[in-house]
Amino acid sequence: MKVSTPTRLTLRVVALGYLVVLLLVPVVLILWRTFEPGVGAFLDSVRTPAAISALNLSLLIVAIVVPLNVVFGVGTALALVRGRFRGRGVLQAVVDLPFAVSPIVVGVALIMLWGVGGWFGFVERSGFKVIFGLPGMVIATLFVTLPFVVREVEPVLHEIGTEQEQAAATLGASSWQTFWRITLPAIRWGLTYGVVLTVARALGEFGAVIMVSSGFPGVSQTLTLLVHSRYLDDHNTYGAYAAATLLMGLAVVTLLLMTVLDRKRSTR
Amino acid sequence: MITVSGARKSYGDFTALDDVSLEIPPGSLTALLGPSGSGKSTLLRAIAGLETLDSGRVAIAGVDVTGLPPQKRGIGFVFQHYAAFKHMTVRDNVAFGLTIRRKPKAQVRAKVDELLEIVGLEGFQHRYPSQLSGGQRQRMALARALAVDPEVLLLDEPFGALDAKVRADLRRWLRRLHDEVHVTTVLVTHDQEEALDVADRIAVLNKGGIEQVGNPVDLYDRPANDFVMSFLGSVARLGGLLVRPHDIELSRDRAAAVAADRSVPGSPGVIDAVVERVVRLGFEVRVELRAHTGERFAAQLTRAEADALALRPGDEVHARARQTQDVLEVDPALAI
Repeated sequence: MKVSTPTRLTLRVVALGYLVVLLLVPVVLILWRTFEPGVGAFLDSVRTPAAISALNLSLLIVAIVVPLNVVFGVGTALALVRGRFRGRGVLQAVVDLPFAVSPIVVGVALIMLWGVGGWFGFVERSGFKVIFGLPGMVIATLFVTLPFVVREVEPVLHEIGTEQEQAAATLGASSWQTFWRITLPAIRWGLTYGVVLTVARALGEFGAVIMVSSGFPGVSQTLTLLVHSRYLDDHNTYGAYAAATLLMGLAVVTLLLMTVLDRKRSTR
Repeated sequence: MITVSGARKSYGDFTALDDVSLEIPPGSLTALLGPSGSGKSTLLRAIAGLETLDSGRVAIAGVDVTGLPPQKRGIGFVFQHYAAFKHMTVRDNVAFGLTIRRKPKAQVRAKVDELLEIVGLEGFQHRYPSQLSGGQRQRMALARALAVDPEVLLLDEPFGALDAKVRADLRRWLRRLHDEVHVTTVLVTHDQEEALDVADRIAVLNKGGIEQVGNPVDLYDRPANDFVMSFLGSVARLGGLLVRPHDIELSRDRAAAVAADRSVPGSPGVIDAVVERVVRLGFEVRVELRAHTGERFAAQLTRAEADALALRPGDEVHARARQTQDVLEVDPALAI
């Protein structure tokens, strides 16, 4: 279809304007507000004990969630692609559930399940703090990040098929050796991509985590909760901007990593 | 030596192998030949252990391997689509079986170098499979399969994904390789020319069963039935009998044709026919004819024969079979 020059220009301006207003302006605004008083002020604000604790907690959650998602994500993807069992269709649908369910609903459900009165309340009653503790935040983050590794690895498994693995078997490799030497290297780009997405989502998760965190500054606040509490509870607007910039910085690093990996993947 | 006895395998309603028994002599290059769905690949994969039989047994070199996984059968397997390990160099691909067995590095290196030389890939050690042509990838796959010194080498349509020219080169190369390394080899193919070209024994399969086993000449000249005859080479129907097109002699002189026909036992007689079309295919000439009974058939002549007859469409000729084959049973469904 041939589009006339004025139409084309108008479309372009509208599309760009849309992106600028929606994405660029808010981000730039926060960056501007953060660095307006100088880099020193920013550093001071993100080096308070509460901020350092929040950063550590966010990274700790990522460090726990990522390995679990890798192991179970690859296992689930293998089951979905290679398995021939009853309920495969159900599993296929369940994996996507976190995409469909609002994180805050997840938080509420977790309180109902793990809280003192819930089905798994005995864990809480025995003294092991799940809700309003680290385990609760980890479970909430696991829930919302579950699909990423599965959905990135699955198509790669489909694509590589089983011939390479059969070849390895005829050459004498055990299933364990075949997995480490053939399957894992073959899916590594999909897996890396899934991990990066998981990291980004785990860092940014707010709705589910706020429900199951006690929210004490310096104890049980993640970076997102810190931004939230500084802004709303402490009326520390600048502190909120600074923490948001730190969070964004981490996200940008993951995003850059993802782009680099993506480029590497497409050149292979 | 491979012995398969009473092998059965079905997938739902489809019977892939129906009580197949086969013996493959040591050091031979045997082709399993048949149309798609004949069970030839299933039989090969059952020998490899990549497919489990519903019933029946497989023995390799006198050892019953029916219950063993592929890892423990002492086989080398080559896949139609190469199954190259894409993330490994050519060297690592070929070395894979030896690395798995934790052989000393120096020994692995020497063995891989030797094999790469045999398959003509020296200098390609550091390439990745994606940097190789199809023919090179398949030769790498062969080297990889041979590296573990397999008792038997199993090839599943190894040249099926290659173009015609490379395929012809590679199968002659395989034949020479087999003459050098002498490992018992089984090759699955649907291409009769390929089977006749490389194999010293051919097993013809159809609908999950074996129709005939023998050396290529026997199968071609003394086919057990119409299926084998029409699958190995083209056939023409002359007076109700199946005849090879190159066994049909055309003549303009009816009396001479009748006289010559007397010495052919079981001959269908002299058939009067009209030339419909003359096609020159390089060295040979295909003459398409219609008998007076209305039956159409084609004769294959050399260029010299065709030139001597100077045939043109519409000419009246007299066809006879130079020789007939002892086909045991005649299947009317296979009329060409």
